[in-house]
Amino acid sequence: MIASIALRRRLADRTMKTLFVLAAILVVLPLFMIFADLLWKGAKELKWSLLTDLPRPVGEPGGGIANGILGTLTISGLAMAVGIPVAVMTGIYLAEYGRGRFASIVRFCVDTLAGVPSIIMGIFGYVLIVLPMKRFSAYAGAAALAMIFIPIVVRTTEEMLKTVPQPVREAALALGIERWKATLHITVRTAWSGIVTGILLAMARIVGETAPLLFTALGNQFWQSRLDGPIAAVPLQVFTYAISPYEDWHDKAWAGAVVLILIVLCISLTARFFTREKKWKP
Amino acid sequence: MSASRGNVKDILFERATALFAGCVLGLTLLLLGLLVHESLPALKKFGFSFLTGTTWDPVAETFGALPFIYGTLVTSTIALLIAVPLSVGAAVFINEFAPPWLKGPVAFLAELLAAIPSVIYGLWGIFVLVPLLRDHLMKPVAKFLGWIPLFKGPVYGPSMLAAGVLLAIMIVPFILSVSREVMATVPQRQKEAVLSLGGTQWEMIRIVVGQHCIPGIFGATILGLGRAIGETMAVTMLIGNRPDILFSIFQPGYSMAAVIANEFTEATGDLYLSALVAIGLVLFLITFVINLAARWILKRLVARASRGIA
Repeated sequence: MIASIALRRRLADRTMKTLFVLAAILVVLPLFMIFADLLWKGAKELKWSLLTDLPRPVGEPGGGIANGILGTLTISGLAMAVGIPVAVMTGIYLAEYGRGRFASIVRFCVDTLAGVPSIIMGIFGYVLIVLPMKRFSAYAGAAALAMIFIPIVVRTTEEMLKTVPQPVREAALALGIERWKATLHITVRTAWSGIVTGILLAMARIVGETAPLLFTALGNQFWQSRLDGPIAAVPLQVFTYAISPYEDWHDKAWAGAVVLILIVLCISLTARFFTREKKWKP
Repeated sequence: MSASRGNVKDILFERATALFAGCVLGLTLLLLGLLVHESLPALKKFGFSFLTGTTWDPVAETFGALPFIYGTLVTSTIALLIAVPLSVGAAVFINEFAPPWLKGPVAFLAELLAAIPSVIYGLWGIFVLVPLLRDHLMKPVAKFLGWIPLFKGPVYGPSMLAAGVLLAIMIVPFILSVSREVMATVPQRQKEAVLSLGGTQWEMIRIVVGQHCIPGIFGATILGLGRAIGETMAVTMLIGNRPDILFSIFQPGYSMAAVIANEFTEATGDLYLSALVAIGLVLFLITFVINLAARWILKRLVARASRGIA
């Protein structure tokens, strides 16, 4: 009797442990599958011309996604140019001065924005910019991406500034430095690598965004000379090629995906490098 | 130099940061304002029946959003049913059983999953996951269990099941990381106490971790639900985009985010556009409430943990 209870308990223990290991394997498995498929199916089209040529019509071999790469960098760059000052200053406000009702309302707004599905930011860009201008544009895409970018950076900036020890601020003030100087040159400086990490992670996020660009940037088969017209982006090209019925466009989709994931991984790894560095300096 | 008497530059700097904070507040209000303003024509015309109507006919200008709400709920439910046990199991493995050299890499790989752009998930879903599910899961199941309404009908591949499975893969990293954080707050002494009384490791997990972590895992689940409901690209590419309510999960469906993604550029009439924005507004409100709930649960939990009450 006692032995059988012990046996049952041991069996349950074994079974559950096996299930936990299995769960861990199943969680990581898709990642390996995705990377293997990306390399396997993307390799065919991974040539230099992919990075330097314009897209070609169906049936014509060759061609690349160069305009998409430039477009993605343009839209993300615009979004960051608007987003970084707004987000970092808001982060400074919340961490250094943010007490009271106004600050908690702003914090609530940031949390709300962070939870809004990205496609809704596309509607935002469309209604705010595309409708009045009557044309799809890089501006509208950048507005949508900035709305995704800002809440992420505000949060990390605030968190990073809050990790700066209070004595550091007090020491600066005790030396007679004006408060705004102490905040900018000492508090923000101390937390800077963390803030940059936040900016990079947010950048990695918006570079891969597709949904909000569908009806703001719209996409474009050519080089764009102006920001107030439709503009290409790598994620849009991957999407268009993927849902097309053509075999050679499917290959392009995989190749584009490899380029996209390389861009995202480079940014994420740079971000990791920044946090690493912080650990080494006490 | 007290704060009330701060010099002009200090005051200016504080005002400047406050101004930018005000911008964020303004942007949020602007977003909500635009959504409400643009969806008013559709909401006025259809009223509450916008949410309960099952006909989506742009030509006849009849807009009912129920098929999309239904598709969103079904795919998210499938995603949670798969993702929650997997990520909680993996979290237990990483926290309790994994040898130290394995902990870092597994956590890192899970993080990588979160960094993959959703359009790449969609691409992989179309060409790898859908054929895999169709040939090795859906076809055999439809053959032997096709009499069950849930698995009825012809098997095409793109379906609510396929979208749900892909969503599960996408939300696992979020549920996993929150679950891990919650599990890490369990005091080591409590675990040791159970083990010292002769409990097995599973009993230790069930008693200590289980009791301590269930609210946190619930919060993590709600967070994952918020993600799944708003996800657009992966669902658009896999769900089949058919605006009908079909009970079988092997059949194509449609989701709120997917219909916005697919039809926004085609929306010719003002009412059509307004109906799509109205779906966006509903999506906004749903995710807002869900995120609020998740945050509330997790915040309460953190407060409880910091008070040291287990």
